[in-house]
Amino acid sequence: MAAVTETIEAVQSVADGGYKWGFETDIEMDFAPKGLSEDIVRFISAKKKEPAWLLEWRLKAYRHWLTMEVPHWAAVSHPPIDFQDAYYYAAPKQGPKSLDEVDPELLKTYAKLGIPLKEQAILAGVEGAGDSPSEGGRMPIAVDAVFDSVSVATSYKERLAKDGIIFCAISEAVHTHPELVREYLGSVVPQGDNYYAALNSAVFTDGSFVYIPKGVRCPMELSTYFRINAKSTGQFERTLIIADEGSTVSYLEGCTAPMRDENQLHAAVVELVALDDASIKYSTVQNWYPGDAEGKGGIYNFVTKRAACRGKRSKVSWTQVETGSAITWKYPSCLLIGDDSVGEFYSVAITNNRQQADTGTKMFHIGQRTRSTIVSKGISAGRGQNTYRGLVKISPKASGARNFTQCDSLLIGDQCGAHTVPYIENRCMTAKVEHEATTSRIAEDQLFYCRSRGLSQEDAVGMIVNGFCREVLKELPMEFAVEAQKLLQISLEGSVG
Amino acid sequence: MLKIENLHASIDGKQILNGLNLTIPAGEIHAIMGPNGSGKSTLSYVLAGREGYEVTEGSVTFGDLDLLAMEPEERAVAGVFLAFQAPVELPGVGNANFLRTALNAVRRAKGEAEIDAIQFLKLARARMKVLNMPDDMLKRPVNVGFSGGEKKRNEMLQMALLSPKLALLDETDSGLDIDALKLVSDTVNSLRGPAFSALVITHYQRLLNHIVPDRVHVLSAGRIVKSGGPELAQELEASGYGAIQAAAA
Ligand SMILES: Nc1ncnc2c1ncn2[C@@H]1O[C@H](COP(=O)(O)OP(=O)(O)OP(=O)(O)O)[C@@H](O)[C@H]1O
Ligand SMILES: [Mg+2]
Repeated sequence: MAAVTETIEAVQSVADGGYKWGFETDIEMDFAPKGLSEDIVRFISAKKKEPAWLLEWRLKAYRHWLTMEVPHWAAVSHPPIDFQDAYYYAAPKQGPKSLDEVDPELLKTYAKLGIPLKEQAILAGVEGAGDSPSEGGRMPIAVDAVFDSVSVATSYKERLAKDGIIFCAISEAVHTHPELVREYLGSVVPQGDNYYAALNSAVFTDGSFVYIPKGVRCPMELSTYFRINAKSTGQFERTLIIADEGSTVSYLEGCTAPMRDENQLHAAVVELVALDDASIKYSTVQNWYPGDAEGKGGIYNFVTKRAACRGKRSKVSWTQVETGSAITWKYPSCLLIGDDSVGEFYSVAITNNRQQADTGTKMFHIGQRTRSTIVSKGISAGRGQNTYRGLVKISPKASGARNFTQCDSLLIGDQCGAHTVPYIENRCMTAKVEHEATTSRIAEDQLFYCRSRGLSQEDAVGMIVNGFCREVLKELPMEFAVEAQKLLQISLEGSVG
Repeated sequence: MLKIENLHASIDGKQILNGLNLTIPAGEIHAIMGPNGSGKSTLSYVLAGREGYEVTEGSVTFGDLDLLAMEPEERAVAGVFLAFQAPVELPGVGNANFLRTALNAVRRAKGEAEIDAIQFLKLARARMKVLNMPDDMLKRPVNVGFSGGEKKRNEMLQMALLSPKLALLDETDSGLDIDALKLVSDTVNSLRGPAFSALVITHYQRLLNHIVPDRVHVLSAGRIVKSGGPELAQELEASGYGAIQAAAA
């Protein structure tokens, strides 16, 4: 077992040097006064020049939030959060402009993060290449870049508009497409849904808005890149994606933050709506700063993500690779309302050092013959704690519904923990629910086998972990699968060797 | 090439190797035979650097390297290859990816350029043809769901691609059908040359008809108790270990 012990120690010795996205951008910022109050809610709304209905909506959420209690049911622990000790609005002084006018500092930041903001000329051969990124060269990726509280740039907007696709900051959509925002905002995650959703509804600042019109297959990957930069600032992202009848879209979000000793809050709400025959694939590569080896600093990632499969035969697929954050609290869910609608959840969550993750999904089967698949891979190393929490709920009317759940945990070392909490509520005789769970360790003979072929210990661990996650990684859009694999290895390796 | 002197090794406090001496000159193939539990696999693990085996006495030099001071991966890239008695399964790890990663680790160590996926596939397919392995075994996860004989052939594929200086074959012939035995032997023989040595652990003289060894050793209770030419294997096949063990005791 000595090899395993060594790996554990090596993994534990992860210095914060392992986090390569931890730099800070020096740029002039505009802040709201510190703290949270109705005035701050009004301040944010005024900054965004919002219509009165939206301010009212925020205030209603805020007042409701004041009556709520911090949830305690998740298997995570942290000191109480002082909501008055944070900024709720921080934006680069220079407001959002067209791509050519974005502050060079910001362009540099995104370049450093490897996020392409500049639009590449769409080559003739590529534009017609359809939706298969594996053929006809590399597909361009449309990016919405959210920096602290504002979207600073969105690429390929005009190109997408040709197909009637709306892809922009949600703060912009409020002005340009108020009818859509008003109809759908809060329609999937009600304001008072939970503590952090209520907080988000009150103070959300930016995020992406996507509308895919009837029958349109979105010709490129859409993505939003969230960056927290300012100190003591919370990020309250709000994303809304609507796929109209027969449309298809694949969307990816990524996130990073500087290394800081303080904990910062990211409380997002993401709402997806899929109408008849529409399909949304939503992928996340979450790489917020996880804190140092002793658990100092890092992002609290408290997120509510939910999809409403309203239409018949609609489909929503959540894929997430969660490697970052000090604490992750997140349950991307599907309301399977339309008959024959499909929900999927593919998840990899890694906790190393003192990271804690309580994540999973909820599948609500309401329509007939609705189907859901859940594949969760939890990896715990160091003193990480990893909990899968899932709910499969089948209503009496969901005849012929089916669910398959598979939860696998991989432990590296003996100071970490893996927990599986599957709730199943089946109230329909003709529904079928299957659940499989395994817990394993990286075996000493697997490590030795790899090393005896010349792989370093850290490459061996990376290879075995990637193998363990394969079923999930293969769900990611090809461009990101490779990145995600590297990320998995980096977040485990730290400074192995 | 390989020089083992007075090797004593134990696992979990149990002494397994008791003063083993063995020298394999470059270019030679030696066979080790011996009863179950005599320490053959233990020897191969100690040579490959598996953790948990404690060397309490003795030394092993490989060329001019102090083998026992090296990590398993350092030994591998220096040219030591162990074909496992029981090859290990790696769920989800594609065989091609695994093999190419291993090959590139060895190539890097030799100062050679890494090879890309396409070049690799060419190389691997050529070798697989010789071993009569179907192409789809490259796509499947390493050893997962492979039959016993397929696992052994997969070990030989790895060996052929990594082209080691010293191959340790731990009962590679066990579980092979007659045709596969021939293919495996051909693979070993194809590597034969002045810069290649091998230690072939086997229970059956049959293998040694195909891979004709320069020397045959009998291991009993953690020591070499008898050495001889290829004819020693035939003797053993006829009369068993009893007489030799009695004489050594
Ligand atoms: N972890 C362990 N603790 C105690 N004894 C062990 C341990 N591992 C191996 N042994 C013992 O060491 C001895 C030598 O084992 P080894 O596998 O080297 O034998 P072998 O010669 O390869 O046998 P076979 O021909 O059956 O493959 C056996 O008696 C075995 O039970
Ligand atoms: Mg053995």
